[in-house]
Amino acid sequence: MKRIKEKIIHGLFFFNGVLVVMVLLGIFALLIFTAIPAFKEIRLSEFIFSSNWNPTSYVKSSYGIGAMLVSTFMVTLGSLLIAIPLGIGTAAYLSDVASPKVREIAKPVVEILAGIPSVVIGFLGIVLVGPLIAKIFHIPNGLNAVNGSILLAIMALPTIVSMSEDALNSVPKSYIEASLALGASHWQTIVKVKIPAALSGIIAACMLGMGRAIGETMTVLMATGCAPAMPEGFFSAVRTMTSTIAIELGEVPYYTTHYYALFGVGLVLFIITFLVNMTSDIILHKHQRLSR
Amino acid sequence: MRIKRFQEKLGFLFLSFCMVVILLILITIFYDIISKGSSKISWEFLAASPSNGMTEGGIFPAIVGTFLVTLITAALAIPLGMGCAIYLNEYAKDSKITRLIRMSIRNLSGVPSIVYGLFGVVLFVQLMRLDTSILSAGLTLGLMTLPWTITASEEALKNVPNSYRQGALALGATKWQSIKTNVLPYAVPGMLTGTILGLSRAAGETAPILFTGAAFFLPFIPKSLFSQFMALPYHLYIMATQHHAIEKVRPIAYGTALVLVVLIFLMNLSAIIIRYNLRKVKKG
Repeated sequence: MKRIKEKIIHGLFFFNGVLVVMVLLGIFALLIFTAIPAFKEIRLSEFIFSSNWNPTSYVKSSYGIGAMLVSTFMVTLGSLLIAIPLGIGTAAYLSDVASPKVREIAKPVVEILAGIPSVVIGFLGIVLVGPLIAKIFHIPNGLNAVNGSILLAIMALPTIVSMSEDALNSVPKSYIEASLALGASHWQTIVKVKIPAALSGIIAACMLGMGRAIGETMTVLMATGCAPAMPEGFFSAVRTMTSTIAIELGEVPYYTTHYYALFGVGLVLFIITFLVNMTSDIILHKHQRLSR
Repeated sequence: MRIKRFQEKLGFLFLSFCMVVILLILITIFYDIISKGSSKISWEFLAASPSNGMTEGGIFPAIVGTFLVTLITAALAIPLGMGCAIYLNEYAKDSKITRLIRMSIRNLSGVPSIVYGLFGVVLFVQLMRLDTSILSAGLTLGLMTLPWTITASEEALKNVPNSYRQGALALGATKWQSIKTNVLPYAVPGMLTGTILGLSRAAGETAPILFTGAAFFLPFIPKSLFSQFMALPYHLYIMATQHHAIEKVRPIAYGTALVLVVLIFLMNLSAIIIRYNLRKVKKG
């Protein structure tokens, strides 16, 4: 009796664990099944390579996600250009420069930043960052890719900082002692020994931050101007994949080509973030195995 | 030698500068929201419905909506998250399927929130016929919170010393008995803390509820779990971008942002207090 009960409980927990796998597979499967009908009317090559997205055209609706892909890539690149140096710098500060007391205060700062909802960051993009950009660069409107990049950098920073810090802290003490014993300064040790030794962990952190930036919706939806055309540069309004879904799915009737096509966009988004996260995961695991 | 010193000074200055920038970002965010939002906060703002084309009145329905949807999120994420963590930490051996579960968790935490929204539309709104409702939105958010809950719960389980488990087993307890009496009581505070932190993130999310239940405007609070609802983050989004008189409602947007941030801060604080208190009880 007791044994049967134990078996049942074990089985329930096992099922609970497998459920997580089913959720991930379920997301993937539902995205595929909902996206497939779109390709009865849209050619796959047009979907991926054309940059003309105009589903509600009176003449001929077109579904090309090229402009969105470029837009997503642009704001992500911009955000990484800001967040990577800042994030690694802060991580190095926390792990090597800060006194224990300062660290005690500084670490929560990063955690609190991670807790601020994206919609609040997006709102501040409209009321603070936008006008600032308009003023500095003398352009009429500050809602553009630069604005989006800055906000996404803020969103990605906590991930990059805390993971990079972990990576830096896991560098064996003997490396650092050896470097100092050879007469290197503390700074030289950080740059030439610690960061290279922790590099794979830091790269994994940046990849994860990148995944976050690619998938972030509300900030880019609110602060990038959302013009559905091929962006001309960092000061033009852009519309990413995430914001296209957010804008259009609420207004489109269910079970139309347009609706299915939006799930196609979601599928592309899912695959891209999945690949980025997997890469980060693989790098991190190699790193962990090596440092052991 | 002198150059080296100088180089080091300059380098450390740069690292400190990075930290200062992040600190300044945080201060700017809080200063702006608090300074411009606090004047809007009043009893009326918190307890009244929006009125006059959403240019006046309060945000009471949005507060209630966010509260209800977070309850549903918790109802899904807490048991499933804890169960999965218990399986991984107490039962699972290092097998292929365990590694697959762990990989799925890491990947789920990286799935964009808007994709969870799409998933919710198909699964909860359409297939399960829950329509756009508190239930659909809460379940969608619950799935999104799951990986965070699992990770936090497992962390808490790991902190329970192995001797506690062995002690129970040595006295003849079954595996489940040892978990129930000797592991969970010590792990629950940590599990709750992590879970509440996850819930606070879910409460601030907008993208997953855009199409699963959040409503532009409702003059009253939702009647049942099957009705649409207003939510604080969605309300802020509307007030910041979609309203016909955006400049006029800016104070309301600031007020909403402040309430949202304070709410999340309070949730985090309660998590910390729970942890602190339960730790004290355990010691005493």
